[in-house]
Amino acid sequence: MITVDLQDQPVRTLNAQLIQLPENTNQKAWRVVNPMGAHAVAVGLTQAVNVDIEGHVGYYCAGMNQLANITVHGHAGTGFAENIMSGIARVTGNASQSAGASGHGGLVVIEGNASSRCGISMKGVNIVVGGSVGHMSAFMAQAGNLVVCGDAGADLGDSMYEAKIFVRGTVASLGSDVIAKEMRPEHLELLSRLLAAAEIAADPGSFRRYGSARNLYNFNVDNADSY
Amino acid sequence: MSNDSRNLSESATFPPRVMAEIQRAAHEGLYDIRGAGAKRRLPNFDDLLFLGASVSRYPLEGYREKCDTNVTIGTRYASKPIELKIPITIAGMSFGSLGANAKEALGLAATAMGTSTTTGDGGMTDEERNSSKTLVYQLLPSRYGMDPDHLRKADAIEVVIGQGAKPGGGGMLLGLKITDRVAQMRTLPKGIDQRSACRHPDWTGPDDLEIKIHELREITNWEKPIYIKIGATRTRYDTALAVKAGADAIVLDGMQGGTAATQDVFIEHVGIPTLPAVRQAVDALQELDMHRRVQLIVSGGIRTGADVAKALALGADAVSIGMASLIAMNCNAPIYQADYEKLGTRPGYCHQCHTGRCPVGITTQDPELESRLNPEHAARRLKNYLSTMVLETQTLARACGKTHVLNLEPEDLVALTVESAAMARVPLAGTDWIPGRQ
Repeated sequence: MITVDLQDQPVRTLNAQLIQLPENTNQKAWRVVNPMGAHAVAVGLTQAVNVDIEGHVGYYCAGMNQLANITVHGHAGTGFAENIMSGIARVTGNASQSAGASGHGGLVVIEGNASSRCGISMKGVNIVVGGSVGHMSAFMAQAGNLVVCGDAGADLGDSMYEAKIFVRGTVASLGSDVIAKEMRPEHLELLSRLLAAAEIAADPGSFRRYGSARNLYNFNVDNADSY
Repeated sequence: MSNDSRNLSESATFPPRVMAEIQRAAHEGLYDIRGAGAKRRLPNFDDLLFLGASVSRYPLEGYREKCDTNVTIGTRYASKPIELKIPITIAGMSFGSLGANAKEALGLAATAMGTSTTTGDGGMTDEERNSSKTLVYQLLPSRYGMDPDHLRKADAIEVVIGQGAKPGGGGMLLGLKITDRVAQMRTLPKGIDQRSACRHPDWTGPDDLEIKIHELREITNWEKPIYIKIGATRTRYDTALAVKAGADAIVLDGMQGGTAATQDVFIEHVGIPTLPAVRQAVDALQELDMHRRVQLIVSGGIRTGADVAKALALGADAVSIGMASLIAMNCNAPIYQADYEKLGTRPGYCHQCHTGRCPVGITTQDPELESRLNPEHAARRLKNYLSTMVLETQTLARACGKTHVLNLEPEDLVALTVESAAMARVPLAGTDWIPGRQ
């Protein structure tokens, strides 16, 4: 276990060490203490290492992550795990806005609440939120799955494409061109797997599914009110 | 009533073209979407002239006395700044808006001339990375294809806030051009009318941008220059804020800047021309004592070596060409004329990039049309055009007695109109008058 104290070393040193790890590194266990809300902690990682961050982080923690397993034991600022490509990024507390923004793959787990724009522009990432998400979550969501065990704020999934959204609690309002959709056995199975991977206990049968009605994919003047 | 056609009078408010557009809107119920940049006449570099050598200034000999053209971009923070042999780069144009052959041709020509190309809203293709020795990788609001491996393969990163054709608008690619390959790169269903977001998903204002740039530097080990691209609007403030956010270079795109698909109303009525924008950006840099330390790359209607020289004289470090590079590769050339007519246009008037039916094979994903553009031949044409522009720039610089094109200065310029004098802040020719200055 390698411990890095961000009171003693700048974030730059930590990131440089992590990013330069070779493919078959045996330095797989990292512990980061005293992050004190620092930005860009553990960004751009490329190897399947475990990074445990004890404390709160600022913006873009785990940004553009590849393969690594990163856990924030605290709260996370804006853009947690933005553009994640693979691997797992977890927050035990709450996450600020745009969590998982434009994520292309991997898994993002927020055990507490996420804020507005959770999963904005998602492109294949799976996001599981133990609590609630704020407004405009899954805005322009293209691919991947957003699972919300709590409630969703206004304009859920506005202008979304082919991503899937599952919400257990209430939805304040659905965004443009979003409808509730049927939960079929394959969706229950998918939800089961996502919840298990996130290590969050919830009954898949208590969720509702939402997705794009696909009316706005090609322009039609009669839909002008929706634009 | 007389049948004398001399009695016919056109309305200046409702000329035939405007009437046709109103009737088109009545028929379709949608704004007109098209390619190319602003077509109307705007104050531009043609309104400025150089004061060549005279009794009080002496010129340099062409061919014998050196006039260098190299420029370095990214000296502020990057450990690996970009060295360009010429002060002309190729602007960001997406794979998707252009075909793969066109992107490859741009890369080959830029490499031959020692300059850079730029990716666009579709991400980085292998064709472009392999053909372009110096490649700038855009970070756009859409984040289509955004990949940290590409960030690391790039030579510079360009954070795009806007472009001159549509400051405040996101990218647009219509269904016919969303082929399997484009759809796969952008993670979209095939054949939809794609619109990109106009704001970045994970940052909004300049304070957030500073934090975002820091993240990009951390991911790329502080090696690569980070450009910030803005469409010309409130240029003075935008430039100052971009410097404050930590930019290594500013890319400034005036309203004449092109696009492959944008609403005509956006192209023609939003943003300011390149001419006043350059002046504003240089003012902001000089006020912050950052002129030449944060480099300024100017685009939007750059056509000739005269434009290049004037932009440099006003304080730019380099220019970028988009539309002009495509024209060099036969955009609007009088070939395949029947295909222009099928699009309802003619060579010299065409702005049908958004249809994906480009007659010369540039802004298309159709394999048959794309086969009309041979990358090596097109690269040769573009290289010739770039060489010509460089020679023209050097000719003008030597005439003003400059040993390096970046030594051109505002004092070498005068203006032909009151507007251009005020915008460029150079005197009206033959007078000492700069409108707005005491």
